[in-house]
Amino acid sequence: MLELRNLSFEVPTQERSQETKRIIDDLSLTIEDDRFTVITGPNGGGKSTLAKLIMGVEQPSAGQILFDGTDITHLPIAERAKLGIGYGFQQPARFKGMKVKKLLDLAAGKKLPMLACNEYLAKVGLCSASYLTREVDKSLSGGEMKRIEIATILARDPKLAIYDEPEAGIDLWSFDRLTETFRDIHSARNGRSIVIISHQERIIQLADDIVWIKDGRIEAQGAADVIMPQLGFLAKDHPICTLTQPTELHLTEIPTTC
Amino acid sequence: MTVDLSPIDQNLLSEIASIHGMPEGAYNIRKDGQLLVRNSSANIEIATKADNPGIDITIKPGTKGETVYIPVILTQSGLKDVVYNSFYIGEGCDVTIIAGCGIHNSCEEDSEHDGIHSFYCGKDARVRYIEKHYGEGEGTGERILNPVTNVYMEKGSHCEMELTQIRGVTSTVRDTNAELGEGAKLVLTEKLLTHDDQTATSNMKVALQGDESSVQVVSRSVAQGNSSQTFNPLVIGQAACRGHVQCDAIIMDKARVTAIPGIEAASEEAVLVHEAAIGKIAGDQIIKLMTLGLSEEEAEAEILEDFLS
Ligand SMILES: Nc1ncnc2c1ncn2[C@@H]1O[C@H](COP(=O)(O)OP(=O)(O)OP(=O)(O)O)[C@@H](O)[C@H]1O
Ligand SMILES: [Mg+2]
Repeated sequence: MLELRNLSFEVPTQERSQETKRIIDDLSLTIEDDRFTVITGPNGGGKSTLAKLIMGVEQPSAGQILFDGTDITHLPIAERAKLGIGYGFQQPARFKGMKVKKLLDLAAGKKLPMLACNEYLAKVGLCSASYLTREVDKSLSGGEMKRIEIATILARDPKLAIYDEPEAGIDLWSFDRLTETFRDIHSARNGRSIVIISHQERIIQLADDIVWIKDGRIEAQGAADVIMPQLGFLAKDHPICTLTQPTELHLTEIPTTC
Repeated sequence: MTVDLSPIDQNLLSEIASIHGMPEGAYNIRKDGQLLVRNSSANIEIATKADNPGIDITIKPGTKGETVYIPVILTQSGLKDVVYNSFYIGEGCDVTIIAGCGIHNSCEEDSEHDGIHSFYCGKDARVRYIEKHYGEGEGTGERILNPVTNVYMEKGSHCEMELTQIRGVTSTVRDTNAELGEGAKLVLTEKLLTHDDQTATSNMKVALQGDESSVQVVSRSVAQGNSSQTFNPLVIGQAACRGHVQCDAIIMDKARVTAIPGIEAASEEAVLVHEAAIGKIAGDQIIKLMTLGLSEEEAEAEILEDFLS
């Protein structure tokens, strides 16, 4: 179980400035085991920042983070990873010279058999084993990179997995495969929780709980069937993000033959 | 053939040429300025040079799938070993040449090896050349390697050269020159890691003389500690050719890297491109690996290993 207590994150308004602005504003949230939670809300609302605070990539200015009852507010990133928190970045890092296979091995914390690697790739719609020997560098397309990022989290299999806009840049066919994967993980219900940051209606539909974040605060929260009908209304409040027009779902020329 | 190799010799040989025991086929192992052991094969003849110290390696036309090993090791402090090796690679060959120099210096005096290698690649020959340089030893004496590599490529020949300096070389000045005839193709990959107060300079000059010739120069380097590196690759296009130079360096601590990739076109049909990038390890790479449970040091080590792989 993850508990965020009165979490705040402030950054200086300008470099070396004394003035600060709040990106996350006194936010409290509990995510129970076995739950599938979607965090949504307008661009710049603070969703990725919240995920980075949970993973330890950013340090909160105030508040507490508890994971399974342990205070992890000041734990380094790697320690949180070892406790079972995983984060799939919105903008994945690229590595010159590193093979996809190696990245999956590092994620799993052991040398994976080829078969297992292929399964992870298939789960994100990358159906060719030849991806394993590709380098995780600029030669991968945006959508391929994004799916490999997701595959690292699948290989890691954390107790709490946070995926940051997994649908971004991914073609329709792979997207179908991906939603199926999330549904499978969720239906196993073996104490794992999934948090997905998303603007995509079809992902939001999979959720048990929905959290709507705007200006660093939770504007609405609750069971999916209660919040879903309100989303249109909430979105109208903020003209730049309308759920009926997903911003980043488009077709790319990635071969998908399975 | 049997020779006595000390554990130090064996370790050096495995670092630079991945040999354990005696290799198969043709080989020439040089230790402390002397021939240690040599073996010619049916298609590959190794002979002592008449004029200079060094060897002539003559590979019969049409030889396919064979490997020659010519490692050099230096374990004696205070020695300056200069050696000339010439490779005559016959028409239509397809061979691998494994060279390298390992220095173990446990004293105060300097050890130096300057290998001058010349490759004459015959028509349509395919050559893969792998060279590793490595230094070790607790002595304060410098470990110096100043290799010169000359490559002459005839029509349609194809050469892949992988030049690596792994660790422990105090100072190096590398000179690589190539002349490419019609349709010849050269891929030159250089990987360098310097640390502490080491210095490395790499000069390259590739002349694309024939139509349809092409070269790809890839330089990957890591500079740590107080070390400094300078890259000076120059590609000259004198025909309808293609050349690509790419220098990529990771800089750490107080190190310094200078990259001056140059291209010179003397034909309007020449297409030449160069790129250079120097920077520290990207923060997002380290953070990603930390989210997979690695410490900062472990993450750095993995990133560097793959960058130079
Ligand atoms: N380190 C930082 N310094 C300054 N501003 C920051 C920093 N981190 C985040 N911000 C700002 O905080 C706000 C929230 O950013 P965040 O990336 O969390 O938004 P988001 O909800 O994930 O948006 P999106 O839907 O576009 O991904 C943005 O306005 C962003 O510019
Ligand atoms: Mg975001």
